[in-house]
Amino acid sequence: MSKTIQVEIVSSEESIFSGSCEMVSLVGVLGAMSILPGHAPLLSLLVPGAVRLQISGEEEYCYISGGILEVQPHMVIVLADTAIRAHDLDEAKALEAKGEAKKMMAERGAEFDYSLVESQLAQAAAQLHTLQRLRKKLKKKS
Amino acid sequence: MANTKEIRTKIRSIQSTQKITRAMEMVAASKMRKTHESMRKAKPYARYILEVAMHIAKSHSEYRHPYLEKKGEVKQIGIMIVSSDKGLCGSLNVNVFKKVLGMIREWLQQGTHVKLCLLGKKANTFLGRKGFFKGVKGNLSVVSSLARLGDRPAVADLLGAVRVMLDAYEADELQRVYIASNTFVNTMSQHPRVEQLLPIPSLEDKKLSHHWDYIYEPAAAEILDALFVRFIESQVYRAVVENIASEQAARMVAMKSASDNAEGLIDECLLLYNKARQASITRELSEIVGGAVAI
Repeated sequence: MSKTIQVEIVSSEESIFSGSCEMVSLVGVLGAMSILPGHAPLLSLLVPGAVRLQISGEEEYCYISGGILEVQPHMVIVLADTAIRAHDLDEAKALEAKGEAKKMMAERGAEFDYSLVESQLAQAAAQLHTLQRLRKKLKKKS
Repeated sequence: MANTKEIRTKIRSIQSTQKITRAMEMVAASKMRKTHESMRKAKPYARYILEVAMHIAKSHSEYRHPYLEKKGEVKQIGIMIVSSDKGLCGSLNVNVFKKVLGMIREWLQQGTHVKLCLLGKKANTFLGRKGFFKGVKGNLSVVSSLARLGDRPAVADLLGAVRVMLDAYEADELQRVYIASNTFVNTMSQHPRVEQLLPIPSLEDKKLSHHWDYIYEPAAAEILDALFVRFIESQVYRAVVENIASEQAARMVAMKSASDNAEGLIDECLLLYNKARQASITRELSEIVGGAVAI
C-alpha cells in the first residue's frame, strides 16, 4: 500500500493545495480527525479551522472556513468554503438582495411618474407652440 | 471653408477622447487577463464538486435530493440575469437581454409566472426603464437584485441573491431556475447563454465505473444539502466571473475600434485643416500680388 495520499484542497475562488501527503488532519462537525492513506471512503462536513498536512515529515497548515470533505480510496478532496457560513448569515444576505429589488421597483415607479410628467409637459409645449403660430397668422391677416 | 482655428480645436478634442479610449482599452486588457485567471482558478472546484455529487448520486440511489427532482407542472420560473456594472462594452449586455426577453415573452404567453433576480447594475437600469413592466402582459416581477459587484466578486457577495432563489425553489414557489449570462468564447466573441440551474440537469448521465459505500458524518441528507447548495453557488459564481471576463473583452474590442475611428477622424480633420491653411495662404498671396500690381 502506498504511503502517501493525493490531497486536493479547492475553494470556488482558487485551488489552495494540491499534492501528496502522508497525513491530513482536519476538524469535522463531529470532531477532529486525521486521514491516513487507505482510509475508508468518507463524507463529512467541516467546520472552520486549520487543515494540517504532513508532507515528507514536515508539517504545513492552511486555514479553511468550513466545507465538505470527501475521502476516496486514493484521494482526499476538500471543498473549502470561501466565507464563514451560517444559516442566519445567509438569510441576512438574502433579505438584503430582496430589499434591493424592492427599492429598485419603487424607484422605477418614481421614474415612471417622471416620464409621464415629461410627456405631458411635451404635449402642453406643443399645444402652446401651435397656439402661438395661429396667433401670428391671425395677426398677419388682420 | 471652415477656419483653421475651429478645425484645430476639433482635432485636439478628438485627440483627448482618443487618449481616454486608448487608456480604457489597455485597462480592460489587463483586467481581462486577471478575470480570466480567476475563471481558471474556479474550475477545479466546480469539477470536484460535480465529481463528489456524482459519486453520491451513484452510491446513494434511494435518496433523491429535491434539487435533482423534476417538478411536474411548471407554473413559475426564476431567471437570474447576469450583467455588467458599467457600460461601454459594445452590445454585450443587450445581447443577453434580447435573448432572455425573447424567452420571457414566450413563457408569459403560456401563462407562466416569471420571477427575476438581477445581478449587475445594467440589468437593473435596463429593466428599470420607464414603462418596461407596463408593456409586458403577464406576471413578471423582480425578487432580488444585486449591483456593484466590482471586477473581482467574492462568492460571499453572491450568496444572498442565490439564497433567495433556492428558498423559493425549496418552497415550491419556483419550479425551474435559469441563469442568463455571457460565455467567454474568445477575446473577439462572447455569446449570450441561458442555462438551467434547477433542477440540476442530467447529473447521472455521465457514467462512473466505480462507487463506494461512504461513511457519512453527519447524516447523508445533511451533507447532500450542503453539497448541492454549494454546487449551485459555484455555478452562479462561475457565470458571474465569466460574464466579467466577457465584459472586459468586449470593452477592449469596443475601445479599440473607438480609438481607430478617432484616428480616422483626426486624419480627415488634418486634411481639412491643411486645405484651409493652404487656401488662406493662397488668398493672402493673391492679395499681396494684387496690391503690388495696383501700386
